[in-house]
This record gives sequence, structure tokens and C-alpha cells, in this order.
Amino acid sequence: MSEPVLQTSGLTKRFGALLATDAVSIDLRAGEIHAIIGPNGAGKSTLIEQICGGVRPDAGRVLLMKKDISALGRHARARAGLGRTFQISALAMEDSVLENVVLGAIGAGAGPWHFWRSALASETLTDRARSALSRVGLMDRHDRICATLSHGQRRMLEVAVALTLLPRVFVMDEPMAGLGADGSKLMTAFLDDLRHEAPILLVEHDMDAVFTLADRISVMVHGKVIATGTSAEIRMNRLVREAYLGDLA
Amino acid sequence: MHLNETALNGAILLGLLSLPLYALIVDEPYTITLMTRVVILALAAVGLNIILGVGGLVSFGHAIFFGIGGYAMGILAYHAQTFTILDFGLFITDGTRLMPVIWLVAMAVSATAAFLIGILSLRTSGVYFIMITLAFGQMFYYFAISWPEYGGEDGLSIYVRNTFPGLNTLAPIQFFAICLVLLCLALYIMARLRRSPFGLALNAARQSGIRVETVGIDPVRLRLLAFVLSGTVTGLAGALYADLNRFVSPVMFSWQFSGELIVLIVIGGVGRLMGPVVGACVFVALEHLLGGLTEFWLIILGLILLGIVLFDRGGIIGFLTGRAGAHV
Ligand SMILES: Nc1ncnc2c1ncn2[C@@H]1O[C@H](COP(=O)(O)OP(=O)(O)O)[C@@H](O)[C@H]1O
Ligand SMILES: [Mg+2]
Repeated sequence: MSEPVLQTSGLTKRFGALLATDAVSIDLRAGEIHAIIGPNGAGKSTLIEQICGGVRPDAGRVLLMKKDISALGRHARARAGLGRTFQISALAMEDSVLENVVLGAIGAGAGPWHFWRSALASETLTDRARSALSRVGLMDRHDRICATLSHGQRRMLEVAVALTLLPRVFVMDEPMAGLGADGSKLMTAFLDDLRHEAPILLVEHDMDAVFTLADRISVMVHGKVIATGTSAEIRMNRLVREAYLGDLA
Repeated sequence: MHLNETALNGAILLGLLSLPLYALIVDEPYTITLMTRVVILALAAVGLNIILGVGGLVSFGHAIFFGIGGYAMGILAYHAQTFTILDFGLFITDGTRLMPVIWLVAMAVSATAAFLIGILSLRTSGVYFIMITLAFGQMFYYFAISWPEYGGEDGLSIYVRNTFPGLNTLAPIQFFAICLVLLCLALYIMARLRRSPFGLALNAARQSGIRVETVGIDPVRLRLLAFVLSGTVTGLAGALYADLNRFVSPVMFSWQFSGELIVLIVIGGVGRLMGPVVGACVFVALEHLLGGLTEFWLIILGLILLGIVLFDRGGIIGFLTGRAGAHV
């Protein structure tokens, strides 16, 4: 069994009386997709935020390639190798599609401390940006203003920005949400290949996608991970069926 | 019909150049002085436009830098004209009447002040940022009032305009030319900056701080640098303004002036390259044409502002070029 690339130990977060995540310890190994499933309000997004630095845990640690990144802010964790997409798109809506991806290339490359040369005239930046756009099929929309994109295109654009970062780990919060059947299929096929570039921690509600893609699945309920295992194991798990899958069936 | 923004920008600059030349020919020095005022206010607003227009942070304290620039000029020229020594403890000087030196001092002190104020205020945003910068502005204002050595509330008069090697700064058209060249330089730098990786990131940070963090960039550091650049340019404008009037007073630090700079930008077009220039033209024209006739000119200005905020967020530039929204 390979070393975990990303690992959390005992991540705990309270919002007042609510225990949003309760000592969550999970890991992500090279080449795999590890899906986190669970009903609404189970604490999945809160877990993701603690991994990516948006929410400070009350207890617990996050390790990326054995390095403790718990004390780092969002931007430092991104530089350390976390490539993340959001449940609700966070893009520069007034900017063009290309500018959004070039921003990723700036962050991952030489950084923003260059003041004279035009960013869009830099081939180093635009080559990287364009190749990410073509991979998600948005090349023909590169000069559209982001706000004019469809919901599904925005999701793909978020993935494209994450690609420019060449991250060690992808962390994706519900990338299929609102995509529709065709969009989900496209995204599923895309993520299926992507895992070989960097492993994916995937929060997802779309059970078809999860059972197609996931090498391992963790089930969260009320802030706790109640089971972790392969797709087959999770399907068979009595606790899971009672707590969660049972509702769906 | 909508105008091409580049062509419009060129036309505005041409107008800015030709009106004083015309005034020179028909011998109306007052018009040249008025246009110099436009150019200097525009320069101050170009500075503010970096943090407000691109960075999205409404600084209600930019009079601080305008005032610092003004007092840098005032203090240096005061010691030069009274032949007294200015003792900083670390070093002493007998002041200077050289504009380039005064400008450098004005910009360096403004940059330092902007850095310190930025560190303290950029943790906040929105209304809190407005309030904290306003509070800093008031601190500087009252500090200037209670500084008797340099005139206190009455301010400080400089008898002769400072000098620039090779030029006669007392000729209105030559001083105007100096100011216009500096404005054009600032606009050029601003245009480059806006398209650079830094400008692109700063512009994205206005729209979504989290987006910028997610690609590994700290938005607070972007904004801090933007605030420093912004204060530096406004500080330079302050030094020129003091030289235009040959007078500095705490009024340069007043919150009303900070407000006027914001108004200029909103009228011209927030975040637009030439927004501050158009805004300054309209502001000075209204002040000049209506201010003499009626005390109500500020009400008219208010109505224009209201119209812009309600119907046309891109200001006059946005209206003419048909591109709504506040981006360059
Ligand atoms: N910032 C917050 N303040 C207070 N409560 C929060 C906050 N963020 C999330 N919660 C609560 O924590 C619980 C877990 O939310 P979340 O992590 O978004 O769940 P999921 O992503 O699994 O649907 C929910 O009950 C939610 O209301
Ligand atoms: Mg969620």
C-alpha cells in the first residue's frame, strides 16, 4: 500500500453547539479517487475547508506529503500543492475565460510580482492557460466573459484553473452539482483520467459518478466518518445502508 | 453610437493639451491655471483609482497622501526660503527648492505612510475599510492643525514657485506642461500595470479574494502593494498642488478632499484608465462655472453622482464606450 499523499488526523470543528466535523481522519493515496459522501449538512464542505485552509479546525492536523500544513493559510496551501474546486463557483466573473486561467498560471508560475509586461502577451502564461482550456473543452470560449458562461462551463473552468496549478492533490467539492446527465458524464470521464496526474479527494452527491469513479469511499454522517472502504464494501455496509444509502433506495 | 475607448482616451489627452495652448495664444493665464488644477486632481485620482478602481477598496483617507505631498513641498521650501535648518536627528538639511527632489521626498514619505496604514487597515474591507481610512485621515488632519511650526491651522505660504532645471516654472504654461507630463507618465504606468500579472491578479482579487488565494496568491499582499503605489501617486499630486497654489494648509488633509477624489472617479468611471481625467474635468468645470453662480453646485454634482450610481456604473467613460461595469 502506497504512502498517503494527503492525510487528516482528528479534524474537529464546532460551530457553537454544532459539531460540524468530529475527529475526521482520512487519507488519499497516489493515483486514487477517494470520494466523500453523506447527506446534506454532514460536514463535507467543512472538512474540505479545513483541508484547504478556509476554516481553522479546533483540533486535528492536515499533512500533505508528510508535511504538516495545518498552520498555513489558503494561498500557502495552494502553493504547497492543493488544487481545489468549489461547490459554488468562485471565479473572477468580470474577467474573460482566458484571464481566469492565466491567473492560475501566474499563481503557479512566477507569481504576481511582475509589473510591466502584459500577462496576456506572455507565451509562458498563455500556453499553460490554453492547454488547460483545451483539455476541458473551453478553448473556443476563451475570450468570453466568465459571467456569460453556463453553469456547467463554469464548473469546467474551475477545473481548468486547478489544472494550471499542476497540484499534488485535487480537492473537489461537488464538481457534478447542477451539471445535468450529459455534463456529469463528461466530468466523470475527465476525472477518471485525471486521477493519474494527481489523486482526487472528491465530495459528490451523484451516486452513479461516485460508484463509477471512486477507488475508496468514506461516508460522513453528522460530522463523523462512519465507514471507509471500496465501492463494493460500502454498498454492502449495513450501517451505511441504514444511515444513508437506505434513504436513496 | 459607442466610441472606441482608445480613440476616446487619445481625444481626451489632446483636449487637455490644446485648451491651455489656446489660452496661451489668447492670453488667458487663468484658464491655464484652471487646467493645471484639472491635471493635478486627475493625477491624485489616478493614484486612488489603483486601490479603488482595480483593487475594489474604497479609501476614504487618500487626502492623507495628498496632504503629505503638500507638506513635503511646504516644509522643504519653507526652510529653503527662510534659510533655516531642518533637523531630523538622523540628518539635517536646509531644505530645497528643486521640484524633482521635493517630488521624491513626497513620494517616499507617502509610500511609507501608505505601507504603515495599509498594514493596519487592509485586514478589513468594505465599510470597515472606509471607516478606518477615514479615521487615519482625521488623525493627520488634526496633527497638521496642531503643528504650529508650520503654520498650524493657517497653513504655510511659499513665496516663489519651486524650480525645475531648465524651465521657468513661474510661466503658467511651463508649470502646466510639467504636470501634464507627469500625468501622462502616471497614466502610461497605470495602463501597463493594469495588464501586467500584478494588475490581473489585483483585479481578480477585487472580484473574488478566494479565487486568488486558491491559485496560491495572498490577496492582502496584492492590496498592500496597490495601496502603497496608490498613495505614492496621490502624494506626488499633493506636492504639485501645493506648488500650484504656493500654499499648503491642513485642508489638504480634510476628509472632504478624500470624498472629492472618490467623486471624481465615480463620475469619470471607476477602474477606467481615463476615468480620473474625465472626472477631474467635469468636477473643475462644474466648480468653476456653477460655483460662482450658486452655492447649489454641490447639489447638481450630487444629482450627477446619483444618476451614475443608479443608471450607469461605468461613469462617463462607460457611457461613451458602451461598456458597463467597472473595469479598464
Ligand atoms: N460558517 C459556519 N457557521 C455555522 N455553521 C456552519 C458554518 N459552515 C457550516 N455550518 C454548518 O455545519 C454543518 C455542516 O455543513 P457543511 O460542511 O456545509 O455540510 P455538507 O457540505 O456536508 O452539506 C451544517 O449544519 C452547516 O449548517
Ligand atoms: Mg457541501
